[in-house]
Amino acid sequence: MRVQRILTKPGSSIPADEVDLTLIEPLIKKYKGKKGNLIPLLQGVQSIYGYIPRAAFELIAHETSLTLSDMYGVATFYAQFRLSPVGKHIIKVCHGTACHVQGADAISTALKDALKVNDGETTPDKLFTLETVACLGCCSLAPVMMIDEETYGKLTGSSAVKIVKDIKIKETQAKGE
Amino acid sequence: MAETKVIVGLGSCGIAAGANKVYNKLKALKEADNLDFELTKTSCIGMCFREPLVEVVDENGSMIYGDVDEAKAIEIIQQHVLGHNPIKEYVVKTDLFPTPDQSYFDGQVKIALRNCGYIDPENIHEYEARGGYQALGKIAHEGISPEQIIQTVIDSGLRGRGGGGFPTGMKWRFARANQSDEKYIICNADEGDPGAFMDRSLLEGDPHAVLEGMIIGAYAIGATEGVIYCRAEYPLAIKRLNIALAQAREHGYLGKNIMGIQGFNFDIYIKEGAGAFVCGEETALMASIEGKRGMPSKRPPFPAEKGLWQKPSNINNVETYANVPYIIANGAESYNKYGTEKSKGTKVFALTGKIKHGGLVEVPMGTPLRDIIYKLGGGIQNDKKFKAVQLGGPSGGCIPEHLIDIQVDYEQVTATGAIMGSGGMVVMDETTCMVDVARFFLDFTQKESCGKCTFCRIGTKRMLEILTRITEGEGQEGDIEKLEELALQVKESSLCGLGQTAPNPVLTTIKYFRHEYEAHIRDKKCPAHSCKKLLTYEIDSNKCTGCTVCAVKCPVKAIDGERKKVHHINQDICIKCGDCYNSCRFDAITKS
Repeated sequence: MRVQRILTKPGSSIPADEVDLTLIEPLIKKYKGKKGNLIPLLQGVQSIYGYIPRAAFELIAHETSLTLSDMYGVATFYAQFRLSPVGKHIIKVCHGTACHVQGADAISTALKDALKVNDGETTPDKLFTLETVACLGCCSLAPVMMIDEETYGKLTGSSAVKIVKDIKIKETQAKGE
Repeated sequence: MAETKVIVGLGSCGIAAGANKVYNKLKALKEADNLDFELTKTSCIGMCFREPLVEVVDENGSMIYGDVDEAKAIEIIQQHVLGHNPIKEYVVKTDLFPTPDQSYFDGQVKIALRNCGYIDPENIHEYEARGGYQALGKIAHEGISPEQIIQTVIDSGLRGRGGGGFPTGMKWRFARANQSDEKYIICNADEGDPGAFMDRSLLEGDPHAVLEGMIIGAYAIGATEGVIYCRAEYPLAIKRLNIALAQAREHGYLGKNIMGIQGFNFDIYIKEGAGAFVCGEETALMASIEGKRGMPSKRPPFPAEKGLWQKPSNINNVETYANVPYIIANGAESYNKYGTEKSKGTKVFALTGKIKHGGLVEVPMGTPLRDIIYKLGGGIQNDKKFKAVQLGGPSGGCIPEHLIDIQVDYEQVTATGAIMGSGGMVVMDETTCMVDVARFFLDFTQKESCGKCTFCRIGTKRMLEILTRITEGEGQEGDIEKLEELALQVKESSLCGLGQTAPNPVLTTIKYFRHEYEAHIRDKKCPAHSCKKLLTYEIDSNKCTGCTVCAVKCPVKAIDGERKKVHHINQDICIKCGDCYNSCRFDAITKS
């Protein structure tokens, strides 16, 4: 069931936020009082912070007629919404039917092993968040994963790990400079 | 003015295969030497297996090159564009000479996809040049009444292409009959079936066809506002839809008194989905547009009576709308001459899985399944043995090899226990485990169940537990019967299509592949060598040469051994991904 997504992740409590709430003020102004505004509002908030901070929920509830319970209900229903911060790069491993029959499980297992995280988790260095998605629609290139905006096709476990490691090396070099 | 046109296919699959790099390379080449050719883009022509694609059009005609990378792009420019000497061995489609891939197009009839791959989707003039918005023009100039439009759509035999198969014209007639000051027309672009990308390709390749279909529908039912509910996972489709909407407004196809028809005021906006499969169900979709959790509600009242914001509404799928302008412009007969007695016209399928030529095909209803897989699809990858084809996604079922000669239409597909669905066709070979396929789909529907109906919420969970147990070698006698019993209860006690059809993948695999279930349960064996818990990879010490390739390929470093000495797989670390098996050149790795 859809609400499980949160319940099955013990320990992923909503962190205390230190976010700049002025960033979402124009958004609230734009959608305030419009019918059907809840989902676009939450989508807007997430596009700013990468997730929906608790403080943002509270501000929206304060400024509009939306209730906290309605917002929380919607945010936990849809797969798109996240309630905790994410890594710099989001790895989405496609588990659509075509990817599944071409071995998507092996890609996920190899990445989990290499990054030492489980599905939906972020690496301690906050560099990567590993996610599973239903279908990216690039079925003819299966198995596929998407890192940020870039799609990688025809993967094997080792090629997927190599792609991620290359990004990590680049990040470390950038830090060192 | 340049005489030669170079067109790059920039759909999502093309881009994933590297088409942007090719486009940028061509652009750089053109600008560096100020070369005389026109560089444009188009979307998916359906040949996903040959992406990236580059088309060259000159005075001789058109040639499409496949598998183009930056190096090939340079060759194409030098030899074909500048040297007028086409590189025939790279050409995958042309009318000028036969190509090995020609069989992919023989037997296809493109109506919904009529413009995909032929126009720049971000340029309204290219759509107009191929007859776009002429259906709308015909309605305005000839004074065709809404009733006549509806009658034409009924006569064409067009049925809902989202999977339901309900006659589109009838749906419109019901929506028209309900009087209201506000009415909505909605486009369902929440293509959630894993393994399906027909709607994405259409929206990316020909967004105006969908808009024109919606505008005609709006006129027919008397709608005042349109909504396209599109998956957020399709950013390129949303971007191109936004461009198309702005252009349509600018050209007077949307707005007030459209095409001079007094009182015909209509506009469309896009609503991005937030990731919930159940929102493909029409009542859940409307709840989601209203900003609620996407939970289905009881029908009646049907949307035609009380839909979005409690007003009469009409929902159709992307492909359905894309067919409408063609039908209105060319008449009902132009469409219903294709197809079978009860299933008219054509249908788009996304052909994927273990198939040689994966991609997007459009064929007349009634085309034999065998032709789609072997003639268009080119057969099974690596010439393995065909086992089954999955139709209809998580709501559908698996059609086994002995039924491969059925004709693909609503009636014959439904008779097998599968459904036509929106058009995902995933081909499976002898290495695909059918119990695992059933488990995969149940896992999907179980997660996507909104939780409203008890049997869908808990029944699918219990079924998933049994299936998981079986694939892990812990199946018990009686499990198959228990699955069948639960399946029936979930089907009969669920409110919406998600629950009513969720057991289909399990029921069809039990029906046609019961022996695979039995092998897992009784012999603790996976006949397809696919279920990980029942699988071990080992190295044959007589064949291993110690070349170290497997150890290098292993993503988890489970293989050790010195160079030129027999290697060993540490079973505790092995994740059974098969990379070693696939990389060994000496057949030294065995699966059992």
